[in-house]
Amino acid sequence: MNGLQAVFLLAALVSLFSAAMVVSARRMMHAALWLVLTLMGVAVIFVTLQSSFFAVVQILVYVGAIAILIIFSVMLTRRVMEDHGDQILPGWRGAALVVVLLFAVLVGFLALWQGFTALLVELPPEADNLLELGKALVSPQGYVLPFELASVLLVAALIGAITIAVDRKEERGG
Amino acid sequence: MIPLAWYLVFSAALFCIGLFGALARKNAVAILMGIELMLNAVNVNLIAFWHYHAQVRSAPYVHGLAFTTMVFVVAAAEVAVGLALIISAYRRRQTPVVDELTLLKG
Repeated sequence: MNGLQAVFLLAALVSLFSAAMVVSARRMMHAALWLVLTLMGVAVIFVTLQSSFFAVVQILVYVGAIAILIIFSVMLTRRVMEDHGDQILPGWRGAALVVVLLFAVLVGFLALWQGFTALLVELPPEADNLLELGKALVSPQGYVLPFELASVLLVAALIGAITIAVDRKEERGG
Repeated sequence: MIPLAWYLVFSAALFCIGLFGALARKNAVAILMGIELMLNAVNVNLIAFWHYHAQVRSAPYVHGLAFTTMVFVVAAAEVAVGLALIISAYRRRQTPVVDELTLLKG
């Protein structure tokens, strides 16, 4: 086992453990902080895949924006959940069964694929080509249409979020 | 020199943990956290296959990276709208527990 594999295994174990804590922690704030650790672990996994750009984007977008947003909404929706009994719905056994079956089916089908055992070798330095990605995102032969659609989606989502969450005084008590 | 299988098994496990969170948690914010875990697992899968294709073709290959960018944008949009909905529902019903949001129950 070389160093890269050790880094991957460490990051994967930390991510999976903290993901399990995210779905099982009793206090929502603890779950949100475990989520931050999971997202950091996934950023390390992106680094081991030689995709440094997406590791940085993961830190900026997920840890910097989404996790903070989630922490804020945990604080805003703060009825005393701690003494509210179970944090898990009564039908969680069925959910666990579905999840274990899905995992078995996914891994089973992936193991049938002949590329499953391939080794990921180190890419040449020009493979993680940000210049090519930027050109592809705005070139008419590339992804300019999905790119613009994603921009419109993001603007619409943010305006919609403000519209939904704004506190109108006259509608209160409804 | 990491096997592709490790990444695929890791992301399948992360996806399944997130799915369990989305299915079994009571708090609406916790359900959104489960969905974030699932989207992250998908991103790990996309980047792993991007790496695999780049090494098989031995040429720069940007399509996987472009796809991952779109998933990031959709995740940001989804969490913004989802949290706004949860806060709006909380303001009306004073609860983030999905079991108690029973306005549509006949």
